[in-house]
Amino acid sequence: MTTTGPRLVSILRQGPYLIASIHTALDDTQMTDFQHDLVERIGRDRSRGVVIDVAALDVLDSFGTRTLRTIAEVARLRGAVTVVVGIRPDVAFAMVALGMDTGPLRTALDLEEGLDVLDRLVAPGRSTSRSRSTPGSRTA
Amino acid sequence: MTQDQGAIVADRIDEAGLMATAEDQLLPQLVAHLREHRTRLRHEWAERIQGAGLLHAMTPQEMAAETTSVYDNYVEVLETGSVQALQRYARDLSERIIPRGVETHEVVGIVLLLRDVLARSLFEKYQRDFALLNRVLDAYEPAANRIANTVAVSFVEERERVIRQQQDSIRELSTPVLPVRERLLILPIIGVLDSERARQLTDQLLNGIRTHRARVVVIDITGVPEVDESVADHLVRTVDASRLMGASVIITGLSPLIAQTLVTIGVDLSKMDTIGDLQGGLEEAERLLGYTAAREDGTGGP
Repeated sequence: MTTTGPRLVSILRQGPYLIASIHTALDDTQMTDFQHDLVERIGRDRSRGVVIDVAALDVLDSFGTRTLRTIAEVARLRGAVTVVVGIRPDVAFAMVALGMDTGPLRTALDLEEGLDVLDRLVAPGRSTSRSRSTPGSRTA
Repeated sequence: MTQDQGAIVADRIDEAGLMATAEDQLLPQLVAHLREHRTRLRHEWAERIQGAGLLHAMTPQEMAAETTSVYDNYVEVLETGSVQALQRYARDLSERIIPRGVETHEVVGIVLLLRDVLARSLFEKYQRDFALLNRVLDAYEPAANRIANTVAVSFVEERERVIRQQQDSIRELSTPVLPVRERLLILPIIGVLDSERARQLTDQLLNGIRTHRARVVVIDITGVPEVDESVADHLVRTVDASRLMGASVIITGLSPLIAQTLVTIGVDLSKMDTIGDLQGGLEEAERLLGYTAAREDGTGGP
């Protein structure tokens, strides 16, 4: 991120996955920066999956929703599956009520569930890769 | 004017020490008359009630007690012109008799009967002096109508209060979010879905998904007799919102009527997962969650 001051977003690597957490409401420029940074990291880290955690957001506007969808599509072209996690109940209902098109965006309840979804979606084609260290019950 | 009445008027003027108009004197006069013949008139009224077949939900003793109270309250309102005490009594009475199935028309009916019984007795008393009779009835009728109105309104208000209370408790009871297995919630909906309930349902479902970390939700609407367009729309939105939170929703128990309504009003249900009955819904939910059901005797699961 080019922005100075406290970090607004963190992108962490976890095995073959990236975990991106949005810490606070982002304006449109910051959202676009986030998109570029994330797509850049996917290639650099050879990631197979991305979890975007939006639990800190109490609103997701149409631009935000569209950016998330764009990220998911671009990531797919770069070979990674994207799961958005942590959409809060009121945010979810507002998004639907406002008719925001989430398209084929994958969602899960929280980070744990998101990683689980990635395991299910990515693992079948990951036969030779190192296994990610996870609690036994969750390995795919 | 008879000798006797003239005397009463004169007495009152002396007592009050001021000139009261004749109209002001009429109500106290007829109140005195109604008090004097209280027992006879009350019996007559009770007979009329029986004759009209009203209040048969009450025992004769209760009837006697209530008619006495109503009669006394009635006369008191005529005397004081204040309906507050009557309002209180009517509400209290309604509270007692509504659960026994006494209907609005019965309550209004008995008050109107009393009004007629008393009017007839006044007519008999004053019929020799036509001008006076007219003035008596002019004084009596508005007061009597006001009483009938007060009682009817109090009764209806009390009834509405009871209905509201019942609606609230139905609302509270009727949308339980039940965890059946890890990650699986059932939401059986019973009764008519209005927009208020639909909103509450959404709230409970979405928060339930978060609390129970549900991955699959089965909404069973077998017990819903009908839905309108806005509620159907709301349901679709709730399903979409649940998906955004990472849970799949399966709707079961769509009645033929509701299914046809939904298709007719053109709600987009293509994204909605529906399965005939709750049993099928649960089986599908367990499949989605990776459970396999098998019988112990080896005959195999469903």
